[in-house]
Amino acid sequence: MESWRAAPAVFWITLVPGVVWLLVFFFAPLALIWLLAFGERAGPVAIDITWTLDNYRQALDPLYLGLFWKSFRIAAVATAICLVVAFPVALAVTFADGRVKPLLLMLVVLPFWTNLLVRTYAMIAVLRTRGYLNSGLEYLWMAAKTVATPLGLGELFGDRFRPLEILYNDPAVIFGIVYVYLPFMVLPLYATLERLDRSLLEASLDLGASHWRTFWRVIVPLARPGIVSGVILVFVPALGTFLISDLLGGPSSQLIGNVIERQFKAANNVPLGAALSFLLLYATFVALALWAWSNERMRRRAG
Amino acid sequence: MRAERGPLDYARRWWLRAWLAATFLFLYAPIVILVVFSFNDSRRNIVWRGFTTKYYLEAWHNDSLIEAFTNSLVIAVASTLLSTVLGALLALALWRFRFPGKAAVEGANALPIVIPEICMGVALLVFFSRLDLMGGMGWPWSLLPVLIGHVTFSFPFVAVVVRARLEGFDRSLEEASRDLGAGEWQTFRRILVPYMRPGLVAGALLAMTLSLDDFVITFFTSGPDTITFPVKIYSMVRFGATPEVNAASTVLIAVTVLLTVIAMNLQRRSSAREGMLP
Repeated sequence: MESWRAAPAVFWITLVPGVVWLLVFFFAPLALIWLLAFGERAGPVAIDITWTLDNYRQALDPLYLGLFWKSFRIAAVATAICLVVAFPVALAVTFADGRVKPLLLMLVVLPFWTNLLVRTYAMIAVLRTRGYLNSGLEYLWMAAKTVATPLGLGELFGDRFRPLEILYNDPAVIFGIVYVYLPFMVLPLYATLERLDRSLLEASLDLGASHWRTFWRVIVPLARPGIVSGVILVFVPALGTFLISDLLGGPSSQLIGNVIERQFKAANNVPLGAALSFLLLYATFVALALWAWSNERMRRRAG
Repeated sequence: MRAERGPLDYARRWWLRAWLAATFLFLYAPIVILVVFSFNDSRRNIVWRGFTTKYYLEAWHNDSLIEAFTNSLVIAVASTLLSTVLGALLALALWRFRFPGKAAVEGANALPIVIPEICMGVALLVFFSRLDLMGGMGWPWSLLPVLIGHVTFSFPFVAVVVRARLEGFDRSLEEASRDLGAGEWQTFRRILVPYMRPGLVAGALLAMTLSLDDFVITFFTSGPDTITFPVKIYSMVRFGATPEVNAASTVLIAVTVLLTVIAMNLQRRSSAREGMLP
């Protein structure tokens, strides 16, 4: 690596476009809403920056804090489910035969190349009252009833199939988050498990530990960097989601993302929306800082 | 004869295979059902009533849907070109030079990747409204806010991908080129660009898919009279799941899957070519 002084012309030509783009179209807009969070509405569009803290005060009142807490809980539950589902998947891909491994990896990544909206829409089509899941269940119900009736057990099934109400509630939102972000959990887990020294597992098994014990005492601790990265990669977008809760959630499963969206569109309360966005941003930074801290601690312990 | 199962052959364990199969079923069944039912000859869209392509024809004759699709493609192509150039240049600067404030530039490049999309979306919405860029401009300028938004979240990814590729570059090749009398430009054209090409292709395809996959930024940056594909589908979905939405979604899935397959082939071919080098 050379000093920038060695070729200043090349240095400026390569560095300036990207940095200027980020400054103008990323940092300036963020700075603008940071500023507007300290403003007061003075008309339909006009906002006076009065350095008031009212917006933050309002954003921290129990109503919105409750929403933050709810978003946090839903994101946490969805992240935990992703971890539990993804770990065996990553393990299976890691130990898969060399020829099928690329195929399995592609199958994990491919849904990620499908538009978020399309995938969420697919979830609606599957889960709604007259959706594919309920039709499938109804079909099974009819078949079971046809078999059971001659046996005199037809009574058990009632006279009508009652579809499950599985859409437009919190579990549907969690289901949707898991569905959309699962690949984000599998990939970092796979990346760490792939690098794992297999002789450590053999040693553990040779020394008489069971597979179960080897899993908890050797594999999981060694996979920690991947677990932490995966948790961050799922938790951060899940915390700020608004499309999934908007389309799959019911009236009571509005998350902080939906409230922010409403302030900037329908409710037109930009200062409050700006304050809420920055609280969400700060929460994200705390999560990222914890991640960096945990990485640093692991590195120090390893070195 | 079947080989003896080793203690670490976890992939041969039936429960792990069943888990893998169930996960793939969970990931793919909704998309497959969506695609299959786009060919279903029934309004109710639940029971299979025979094969038809009429919803594709309906979607084709739906002018606003076609307009939305064209807009999204124009944005994706323009965003890919801009993001690739911006990302590659930044990657070169970060790879080649030592300079004060480098860590800050690296951090600034990572930020658009990690912050919640909705924060970036609303920030761009307010920013563009202040600049009076939301609405009132004729095509294609009305697409400018969405395009800028897409480039902003795409080119940092390109920079990461291209820089990862550059890390494998043998710097002595660059020195040899200079020692043999090549100038900056010649070294760049003849030595660096050919080496970077797989990274550039991978970065460009990533930028393209990011652009086609995005909903949140597009939703916030498209003005009242700019219709893009995801925003159009969003409004259709709010009215209910119809076969047209299935058909339109299928087309979008087909486009992105096609791009991914092209990307994988290009990458395989370029790594095969490198394997042939001594």
